[in-house]
Amino acid sequence: CFIRFFKSLVGKDVVVELKNDLSICGTLHSVDQYLNIKLTDISVTDTEKYPHMLSVKNCFIRGSVVRYVQLPADEVDTQLLQDSARKEASAPTR
Amino acid sequence: MAEDLENIPSITVKEPLDLVRLSLDERIYVKMRNDREIRGRLHAYDQHMNMILSDAEETITTVEIDEETYEEVYRTTKRNIPMLFVRGDGVILVSPPMRTS
Repeated sequence: CFIRFFKSLVGKDVVVELKNDLSICGTLHSVDQYLNIKLTDISVTDTEKYPHMLSVKNCFIRGSVVRYVQLPADEVDTQLLQDSARKEASAPTR
Repeated sequence: MAEDLENIPSITVKEPLDLVRLSLDERIYVKMRNDREIRGRLHAYDQHMNMILSDAEETITTVEIDEETYEEVYRTTKRNIPMLFVRGDGVILVSPPMRTS
């Protein structure tokens, strides 16, 4: 249910926080079944004391290093999410 | 057991993930790795414990040890995030919120 959810957010701006505490703000370009993320036009949020990626515009982030993805609340349809989570939960062999 | 509960035949709780399902659209408390905790409203989850929480508050607890006195000072940092996706591999436990008095 999350892969579909992320696909619906392609083109929106998100902040990806990685397990190494790096926060990257960018536009969601694409996502795959492993929740690997491609971001374009990135900038490092959260005080650029973390590895500067000044020359990096686009990046591919392996799904397993993501800790959080921060999303603007108005881009998310919570009702739809809840309904699909309910259905998925009763069919865990998805 | 003597209470008269409403019977909803279509919802049965068979496995632990079903317990999480009961918390959908409710506020929950999530304990995570690296001494982090999150309280938020659960909107979605999956079998990996990936979750989407709205109105999330993240609390990070750190311990600083005073070099001279060797006493442990606990500090917490809090952050509020309107809508958050949490990756399941960082989750330790999920529970209804514990209101510590």
